[in-house]
Amino acid sequence: MQKQETALTAQICFRDFAFYYGGFHALKNIHLDIYQGVVTAFIGPSGCGKSTLLRTINRMYSLYPGQRAEGHLSIDGEDILGKDVDLNDLRKRVGMVFQKPTPFPMSIYDNIAYGVRLHEHLPRSEMEARVEWALRKAALWDEVKDKLKQDGTSLSGGQQQRLCIARGIAVRPRILLLDEPTSALDPISTLHIEELISELRGEFTIVIVTHNMQQAARVSDYTAYMYLGELVEYNKTDIIFFKPAKKETEDYITGRFG
Amino acid sequence: MRPVVFSWLAWRRRWLNYAATGLSLLAMAFGLFWLLWILWTTFSLGVSGLSLSLFTQMTPPPGVEGGLANAIVGSLLMVGLATLIGTPIGIFSGIYLAEFAQQGWLGELIRFMNDVLLSAPSIIIGLFIYAVYVAYRGHFSGWAGVLALALIVIPVVVRTTENMLRLVPTSLREAAFALGAPRWHMILHVTLRASLAGVITGILLAVARIAGETAPLLFTALSNQYWNTDLDKPMASLPVVIFKFAMSPFEDWSRLAWAGVFLIVIMVLALNIMARVLFRRKTI
Amino acid sequence: MSIASSSLLTRPRVRSAWGDMLFYRVTQGFALLTLLLLSGIIVSLLWGALPAIRHFGAPFLWHAEWNPPMERFGALIPIYGTLVTSAIALIIAIPVSFGIAFFLTELAPGWLKKPLGIAVELLAGIPSIVYGMWGLLVFVPIFSEYFQPMLTKTLGTLPVIGALFSGPPIGIGILSAGIVLAIMIIPFIASVMRDVFEITPAILKESSYALGSTRWEVVWNIVLPYTRVGVVGGIMLGLGRALGETMAVTFLIGNINSFQGFSLLLPGNSIASALANEFTEASSELYTSALIELGLILFLITFIVLSLSKLLLMQLAKSGGTRT
Repeated sequence: MQKQETALTAQICFRDFAFYYGGFHALKNIHLDIYQGVVTAFIGPSGCGKSTLLRTINRMYSLYPGQRAEGHLSIDGEDILGKDVDLNDLRKRVGMVFQKPTPFPMSIYDNIAYGVRLHEHLPRSEMEARVEWALRKAALWDEVKDKLKQDGTSLSGGQQQRLCIARGIAVRPRILLLDEPTSALDPISTLHIEELISELRGEFTIVIVTHNMQQAARVSDYTAYMYLGELVEYNKTDIIFFKPAKKETEDYITGRFG
Repeated sequence: MRPVVFSWLAWRRRWLNYAATGLSLLAMAFGLFWLLWILWTTFSLGVSGLSLSLFTQMTPPPGVEGGLANAIVGSLLMVGLATLIGTPIGIFSGIYLAEFAQQGWLGELIRFMNDVLLSAPSIIIGLFIYAVYVAYRGHFSGWAGVLALALIVIPVVVRTTENMLRLVPTSLREAAFALGAPRWHMILHVTLRASLAGVITGILLAVARIAGETAPLLFTALSNQYWNTDLDKPMASLPVVIFKFAMSPFEDWSRLAWAGVFLIVIMVLALNIMARVLFRRKTI
Repeated sequence: MSIASSSLLTRPRVRSAWGDMLFYRVTQGFALLTLLLLSGIIVSLLWGALPAIRHFGAPFLWHAEWNPPMERFGALIPIYGTLVTSAIALIIAIPVSFGIAFFLTELAPGWLKKPLGIAVELLAGIPSIVYGMWGLLVFVPIFSEYFQPMLTKTLGTLPVIGALFSGPPIGIGILSAGIVLAIMIIPFIASVMRDVFEITPAILKESSYALGSTRWEVVWNIVLPYTRVGVVGGIMLGLGRALGETMAVTFLIGNINSFQGFSLLLPGNSIASALANEFTEASSELYTSALIELGLILFLITFIVLSLSKLLLMQLAKSGGTRT
């Protein structure tokens, strides 16, 4: 939270954005600029739409019939809601990590290489270098370098989650979406992941959804507070936490919510 | 805007996906095509063979008008009795597996054997009853057919009863125990009642299964050209009569066979749909 | 409520314990009966087959002669027919079932998913005699008129494989039986595959989509490996069905007990149809006994296949429980 005074470029832009689950109006009138290279946290009570908002950035919702978005959403100035957007290519540029660790049923090495193979045809040595690079980035290399052939499911929960982060990084996305990445982990593993997020700041644009307000305060530069599908307040994290402009935000932050 | 770069890899992946999607659609169409064809044949040829005499006249010799009355009655008798015999055995075994033998080697063994019995070739069941009953009594009989069909009912009912009982939440059991109910009382009045719809579903599915079974009746009940309700004598059944008539070159026999097939398919589909509706009403 | 609980309270403890014990024993007795029946099947088949086993010994398994008047029996032809028809059925049914399961779990729009799934399940319940009769009276005439000549002209001219597709277009035969068997087991395998595909956690699939996978890549690289044990279990279940199927095959295979050649267009016999056709006509003790030995062989083969399938499906249930 030191270098925020330099001018930031808005990378992900929501304009008049709305989202529907069938007839249910889940997100209303969202205006939001997420800046390149910083960590942005979405906070708010359960069901406020923060995960929904996150899942629009890589169009995850397109998998499910009945879910649809309206308005404008662009990444690097390019509209991503259009019908002719190549979703596979979009998701190469926007990585995602889920609530629970999701190692694929294959070896640790293949878990990392899997995504890379989808988009690039690399010779073996380069692939190995890429896998090592990703595992190092995710601070997992030292723990797994001797057992790359083992099944990904054999790792502990915290290691599995870092494996998933490494898997996301390996594709070299520009944006990384983290959907409550520590909700299924113990405190020590949580700490590891939070350190990792700080390490990755700057290199990737990170958007994290979290239940845990302390976590948002610890890892993010910007915070968006959402309530009932609306964006209530969005600002630098320390402002949101110490000098929120709105009463609702303050109530939520100080625990007087509900 | 990013420049659009043509990538062979992306192109290949996209087309592979299209191809797989297309083939999958084709597979679905292929599967449905045959099955619709079979149903259509059954219905169109079956309906034209339907008449009142089907239910009032006996199976005829070739070239003579007739019906399937003796076969229908034989089937109803044997299927009904087999269900009556097989169901209680199946339910009690299922209770044992679900309530008393969730763990332990005996439970595992019985469960395993039951699953093997469930999908064992039905002709083997016929062979077994032949060896232990028909050969011993010295003649084919309706009872032998009943036993063979009951042997097919048992594993189906065991499996569904156990599965359904296991769906009953532990809290319900504990609530009954907390009132001081003895175990047998709890099982019969609480868990079994809670899963009644599921258990009946299992019974209906078992009836559907034996209604069309042919192979186990071939050397147990055999068949009978005449009206017979004496289970100690060979007895006609729809499937066996269909088998005999369909293989024959006689026009009127084959018409009767189609009518019989139609009756069986209708009955089996109706039982399956009933089971499904009953189960859904209870669970959702 | 108060009446029920007070009546339970006043009931003597001893009596309820006695009732429990009795109830336990009764249910256990029935469960043991189930167990007994299966062992009974094996024992009785062994007993019935004993004269033939004594008379022919192990060569029964590989002798091709089946000559009732001379009382010389060998099981090779029916074993061959059983295995080949089942193999043909699997070769056709596996890819089709996979395609159907892929369609039902990933591609079908919501409103189609349920009715199609139910249709597939209902079709699995149609008695096999219907397939057999349809096969003989409807499929075979069309097959011999149009498809067999086509097969002989195309595949029949190839080296090596050609031998499998040569011969006169008589319709009934090993290939027709295999095809109808395939149609019959497709609903079975497809519904098991659909069920196991559906246990794949959505979040795991989403993880793969999040990396930019296509639907096909998700199913092929993630869902299939995740559920492979269950998929194999389902295939084995279908194989068990195919091996022991009597009626669908009896109508179509031709029931000829001498070796006609390697062409799949020629008639043959399977264990189950040999039993269905000959058992009630078997005139001598040795003939009956040889047929029972055939049944025993069939039972052992299916027992092994079904045990394997059961073990695999159990393993999937276990690992699926710990993984999620």
